[in-house]
Amino acid sequence: MKKFLSAALAAAMAFSLVACGSTPSSSAGSAPASEGTSAPASASEGASATGGVFKIGGIGPTTGGAATYGNAVKNGAQIAVDEINAKGGIQFELNFQDDENDVEKAVNAYNTLKDWGMQVLLGTVTTQPCLSVAPEAAADNMFLLTPSASNVDVIAEDNAFQVCFTDPNQGIASADYIADNGLATKIAIIYDSSDAYSKGIRDKFVEEAGTKGLEVVADEAFTADSKTDFSVQVQKAKDAGAELVFLPIYYNEANLIIQEMDKQGYDALIFGCDGLDGLLTIEGADLSLFEGVMLLTPFVADADDEATQAFVTKYQEQYGEIPNQFAADAYDGVYAILAAIEQSGATADMDASTLCDALKGAMTQITVDGLTGEGMKWAATGEVNKAPRAMKIQNGAYTAM
Amino acid sequence: MELLSYLINGISLGSVYAIIALGYTMVYGIAKMLNFAHGDVIMVGSYIVFIAVNQMGIPPLAAVLLSMVLCTVLGLVIERFAYKPLRGAPSLAVLITAIGVSYLLQNLALLIWGSDPKNFTSVVNIHALELHLAGGQIVVSSETVVTIISAAIIMVGLSAFVNHTKLGHAMLAVSEDKGAAQLMGVNVNSTIALTFAIGSALAAVAGVLLCSAYPSLQPTTGAMPGIKAFTAAVFGGIGSIPGAMLGGVLLGVIEILSKAYVSTQLADAIVFAVLIIVLLVRPTGLLGKPMNEKV
Repeated sequence: MKKFLSAALAAAMAFSLVACGSTPSSSAGSAPASEGTSAPASASEGASATGGVFKIGGIGPTTGGAATYGNAVKNGAQIAVDEINAKGGIQFELNFQDDENDVEKAVNAYNTLKDWGMQVLLGTVTTQPCLSVAPEAAADNMFLLTPSASNVDVIAEDNAFQVCFTDPNQGIASADYIADNGLATKIAIIYDSSDAYSKGIRDKFVEEAGTKGLEVVADEAFTADSKTDFSVQVQKAKDAGAELVFLPIYYNEANLIIQEMDKQGYDALIFGCDGLDGLLTIEGADLSLFEGVMLLTPFVADADDEATQAFVTKYQEQYGEIPNQFAADAYDGVYAILAAIEQSGATADMDASTLCDALKGAMTQITVDGLTGEGMKWAATGEVNKAPRAMKIQNGAYTAM
Repeated sequence: MELLSYLINGISLGSVYAIIALGYTMVYGIAKMLNFAHGDVIMVGSYIVFIAVNQMGIPPLAAVLLSMVLCTVLGLVIERFAYKPLRGAPSLAVLITAIGVSYLLQNLALLIWGSDPKNFTSVVNIHALELHLAGGQIVVSSETVVTIISAAIIMVGLSAFVNHTKLGHAMLAVSEDKGAAQLMGVNVNSTIALTFAIGSALAAVAGVLLCSAYPSLQPTTGAMPGIKAFTAAVFGGIGSIPGAMLGGVLLGVIEILSKAYVSTQLADAIVFAVLIIVLLVRPTGLLGKPMNEKV
């Protein structure tokens, strides 16, 4: 019996490891995983069209726990491709492969796309798979533009560029914003120490807060394995007298923390990054609790500028849901590729490596006015330079601050 | 003062673990198998309540009863199709099947309800039950009060059922020796099915209490509390009903106190280290019966 119990415990530990592995990906999902894995219909139609078509490969999770992100990128990119093709001139063909947010499947998808004749890679969507695909792309000298993998290591090679902010930049921008606007001086941080995104932002935030004269009075962590009970973290922040709670985390945990703050009668400002984008979509949530929550995010669907509204309308018509930041990043990514091609005068008959050399140089020269930022520019390191927008939740909607 | 409020938080979290652990321990005690799908039955139960209350407008109490009935059916179906055919198989095969069922339920939930988290509206938000201690400095929420009371009632009820009814005696008999029980005229299959039915109904209650206290509902909601509760069951002595209760509460208190006084990041490491130490000293858990290996 003892033997069986120990075997069972060993299995339990293995099981819990698997469970840990899968949680981060599901922690911020926001759409059903029911989308198919096949490439969009219009892509295959375009295949037989006239020459001069650039083949863009996309990789991201369109099934599984992180399917929200992959589907958003796939759909957002498809809208941009359709728009560009409708204009005539340079033509694109998009082939989007599913990687299920899995490292090995992402490399398989990359090889599939290479066989198909991919010239430019738009992807991958999530960080871990991107870290494994990036060296492959570097070895092939394949131009890589990731819409949303925010880790700095993703763009280590000179063929790789990002549309989204890097994690550290979000931390720095948040500390700057809080200090420059005099929101608070005593700050509590609650972050997920088992998540590279959250920890990356937190580390840079703490560093920058020091130089900006902000005092971090409570620095509390949680892990993917214990993210149901936040009573201790909130109480410590409260006892430390923090005026502002910084949440560089995803919205699901933020919801629990905000409710716990309400329960403990702790009234402090709440500030977060793009991970909080999604709070308002939580089904059944008491939205009044989210009033006054501030976040830095490059894109919100409720913003009232014309380009955003046109994109949101089109997205809703075609896919029946409100696009998130990832869709907008992908949309901007396709337009950045277009701008780089135009800048370099590249042609569709170039092979991937020649095209990559042309685009690498052109990326640092272009300026793109996109959904996720006006006047986006790229450094040779692959980092994007755009101003984050601060949003505040007012009357149940995001309002620019 | 601080310590007191941490303790209350710990007992509250621990009571939720305890109710889940009761389900594990019942099934283990009688069917001698680890039902890893238990945590996911909890998740299903919570979704049923969420849909019944938020989308169909059924009153909370009726929704909980509905959820208990549907979870019982689900438990029976799982038992009939996944576990019963493997009754004679090695225990490792059954264990793997249980893990399979767990993933099946999670992925089905992902397909049906999507991965976006839902905010579970507390069904026990009763202001009259809130306790204000120490001049209002410590507020004990009604969720905490109801959770602790429910855990105690369920434990006492289950103990009484097992020790003082005919069906309960049948369970004890099956737990001691399946073959002998069968020879004595106990219907082993229906007794095990009954155990699953009770365990699953408990899972529905546990789900409601878990999500009322920590109001976020996702297809993975049941997974981690399930594993922690299983740990609690082993901690207290798997197979023992008071053991599950004690293990659950202790686990919750240790978790919260180590978060509060040691490190929020090390809390789980400490919890599992305590488990290992307890198992080294008492291999059958705190209240487990010493088991003699039959040679």
